[in-house]
Amino acid sequence: MAIEDKVKEIIVEQLGVNADQVKPEASFIEDLGADSLDTVELVMAFEEEFGAEIPDEDAEKLTTVGAVIEYLKGKGLSA
Amino acid sequence: MGILDGKVALVTGAARGIGRAIAERLAAEGADIALCDLKEEWLADTAEAVAGAGRRAIRVAADVGNAAGVQAAVDKVVQELGRVDILVNNAGITRDGFLVRMSEEDWDAVLSVNLKGAFLFTRAVARPMMKQRSGVIVNIASIIGLIGNAGQCNYAASKAGLIALTKSCAKELAGRNVRVNAVAPGFIQTKMTDVLAEDVKKKMLDAIPMNRFGTSEDIANAVLFLASEQSAYMTGQVLSVNGGMVMM
Repeated sequence: MAIEDKVKEIIVEQLGVNADQVKPEASFIEDLGADSLDTVELVMAFEEEFGAEIPDEDAEKLTTVGAVIEYLKGKGLSA
Repeated sequence: MGILDGKVALVTGAARGIGRAIAERLAAEGADIALCDLKEEWLADTAEAVAGAGRRAIRVAADVGNAAGVQAAVDKVVQELGRVDILVNNAGITRDGFLVRMSEEDWDAVLSVNLKGAFLFTRAVARPMMKQRSGVIVNIASIIGLIGNAGQCNYAASKAGLIALTKSCAKELAGRNVRVNAVAPGFIQTKMTDVLAEDVKKKMLDAIPMNRFGTSEDIANAVLFLASEQSAYMTGQVLSVNGGMVMM
């Protein structure tokens, strides 16, 4: 599965949103209804799925779906 | 039929005293129980009692103040029993002494078991509980955490800290349907209190309107209430069980 699809799947599951809402420009908090604890849970879910550690200073920049995908790709990770 | 049928509870400090009574009480209401203490062999009697109630008991050894050990213990429980619905942070120790004679070791030991242990276990179960959108955590605090006590500055601080941990976690996890409450026992007859001097005990008894010391079962009943749906609308609370010794 491509990184994009896996990321989407995790977001859909974690936030209980529809897959078609999960666009690259979508902000977790503004568009997908996440609260701050949701964003922490999301980051932990990404860490678990991709076997990577995401430091807090990186995590706070991952505010949109696209940012997460770019970040994980930049780390050379794959699903 | 019990009020905890199908639930899995994890009880720390379950080898004896209040922890053992809690494990037995929750098992009697239908919960499978993961028993935790410093050494696995200490848990044989409690495990037998739980099995006698027809429930599954598993034993896990852990130093509750060690993060890796706690995570491994929780992982084992989830692996063997499938989930954790109820966590009871009961493990506690005393290292009494007057402030001016209190060693750094005695301070650290008590804070590590009584406060850090609860933090580590709560952190370890919080994520699975958040995911399953349900869970109950009960912390065993103490009347001493509310009013302080000469000769117990370390213990009092650890229990007051545990109450603040309870309230903060309750606020953080409420949105995920995870409730966090505390029980504050008064003077309960256990091995921990048996060692106190007779004149101290006499003075304590005089301060208890109900004129008796509490039993481990008195505490276990309060834990059962907070662990069950009977207390579904309670979170961040401290339930005092003390024969009227302190009213607040």
